[in-house]
Amino acid sequence: MSLAAVLRRLATAAVTLFGVAVVVFVLLRVAPGDPIAMMIGPGASEADIAALRARYGLDQGLVTQFFIWLQGLIAGDLGTSISLRSDVLGLLGQRLPATLELAGAALVVALLVGGTIAILGTLARRSPGEAVVDGANGLLLAVPDFIWALAFVLVFAVFIPVFPLTGRMDPTIDMDFATRFFLLESLVRAEFAVFGNIVSHMTMPVLALALPLAAIVARVLKGALIEAMGQDYVLLARLKGKSELRLVLQEALRNALPATLALTGVQFTFLVGGTVIIERIFAYPGIGNMAIDAVINRDLPLIQGIVLAFGAMFIAINLAVDLAVAALNPRLRHG
Amino acid sequence: MSAPLLDISGLSAISTRENARVLRDVDLVVAEGEVHGLVGESGAGKSTIAKAVLDMLPRTIRVTGGRIVFRGRDLASLDRASLRALVAREIALIPQDPMTGLNPTRRIEAQLTDGMRLVAGMSRGEARERALALLEEVRIADPARTLAAYPHELSGGMRQRVLIAAAFALEPKLVVADEPTTALDVTVQKQILRLIRGMQERHGTGVIFVTHDLGVVAKICDRVTLLYQGKVVEAGTAREMIETPRHAYTRALLAASPRYDRPEHGCDPVPGSVVAGLEAEIARHDEGRAP
Repeated sequence: MSLAAVLRRLATAAVTLFGVAVVVFVLLRVAPGDPIAMMIGPGASEADIAALRARYGLDQGLVTQFFIWLQGLIAGDLGTSISLRSDVLGLLGQRLPATLELAGAALVVALLVGGTIAILGTLARRSPGEAVVDGANGLLLAVPDFIWALAFVLVFAVFIPVFPLTGRMDPTIDMDFATRFFLLESLVRAEFAVFGNIVSHMTMPVLALALPLAAIVARVLKGALIEAMGQDYVLLARLKGKSELRLVLQEALRNALPATLALTGVQFTFLVGGTVIIERIFAYPGIGNMAIDAVINRDLPLIQGIVLAFGAMFIAINLAVDLAVAALNPRLRHG
Repeated sequence: MSAPLLDISGLSAISTRENARVLRDVDLVVAEGEVHGLVGESGAGKSTIAKAVLDMLPRTIRVTGGRIVFRGRDLASLDRASLRALVAREIALIPQDPMTGLNPTRRIEAQLTDGMRLVAGMSRGEARERALALLEEVRIADPARTLAAYPHELSGGMRQRVLIAAAFALEPKLVVADEPTTALDVTVQKQILRLIRGMQERHGTGVIFVTHDLGVVAKICDRVTLLYQGKVVEAGTAREMIETPRHAYTRALLAASPRYDRPEHGCDPVPGSVVAGLEAEIARHDEGRAP
């Protein structure tokens, strides 16, 4: 993909984000629930309530409120969280890296697990083994992420406690992080004890998020691989004596990947949506977990900020997928 | 005369899907260094024979009798691994459609040198040298650039040249050409036919040339076997068959092929009486045999 095409995509992305902002803003204000009522005790006077309303700008008209918020947004100010009484952008900066690491790790695991299942299924095609692989994959596909999470909690935290149940790492860990990307930073700085501790905390939530996506990747990739394995060029390579595994990896995989990746981009949005409930279950300090509290507290600025962050993630992942697809296809690379 | 390169005798096969005979007692002998035409309408069984020789019959086709002896070895007596190793080393295929015969995501060099490295154990450098020489031999103008190219950067004729080079890469004893000119336009067809004939003569390779076009047979084949519904109708030298066809079906087919040198002749379809005669022969052959 050319630079111009990427820039065009980014411009479209800005429009999309603006649309997200409008929809979220309007919906939140039309929906019932009053952030001020959630903030103050039952004995507050009318005057106190009015004063708080004025302080957060909630006494203004809807359109005026939107433009105040939009102005701030353009200036890089997402407003102040009503429940946490803190800068929304700062809160996102603290929490978003945790969610990005969680979702990113889940995506990688989903591609690896799904890819392996697809390759095994392709090698076993038209043999009894294929039914086994398809059956296992059907199970992965049928069970939603939060059920996996509860099953893992039961098995790996209660019956055989191998993984820590909650959090991002042990609170006793004393490392001076320069970024909030703890997983990446501990790896880059070769702090393997810390890295291992974070990995063990992330294992259950990552697997719970990854397995349903892995099943989708496996199903789509296996179909594409089997189709590619029937092509003339695979047949000719087989006549040259290539083993079936080599045929899959060298001849078929690269032809089968683009369609799979394109679908993975779409499905990844469901995974990101899943982080909300999964982070809650494992008390993982990401923006998904924060989103639930923000909604309970009717914290309008924070909800808006979180939704925008999710929107930006969707756009980024789909752009990345398009770039990957283009890189894999020589016709697009040169064209 | 020494033992033939390929000796097929009494080969019969059925399609399990349609529960129908696809080959009926086929005898076929290919001598070393000869181009043997395998001619017939679609469904006559010519591709089935080619696939049986390459051990790539689909699961829906089952061989029910006969032998395929290649250089004195009965292919049915070999285990799967030895058979694949034998085919990889000594038998090659030129596919029908050059557009699908090359992997769109791999460079020509990788595709052309795969077999040399895997089967002949050449180093990367040796394989590259050999690939350059082969591309030169199939008259590709800029071999080095072609090696670095992806298939979509080459024309159909160029791709077919690459596939011919790949087929001859390991000096096979037998090349199966499966209608290699059908997908090409007429001007390119002639060049490709001449190229295959030239390669085959220089390398002393036997060729099974599958085609439905008697005009092509006249240009390239030494001997011909004509099939109808899986049964050999007539076999002989190409010259005999075209100049003095013995069977009514052969004569009808010859009359049906267009003559560019005599356009006023037009083409006559195969007459119904000839088809009826063939059907009767097939019925007599099948009589007393369980389907």
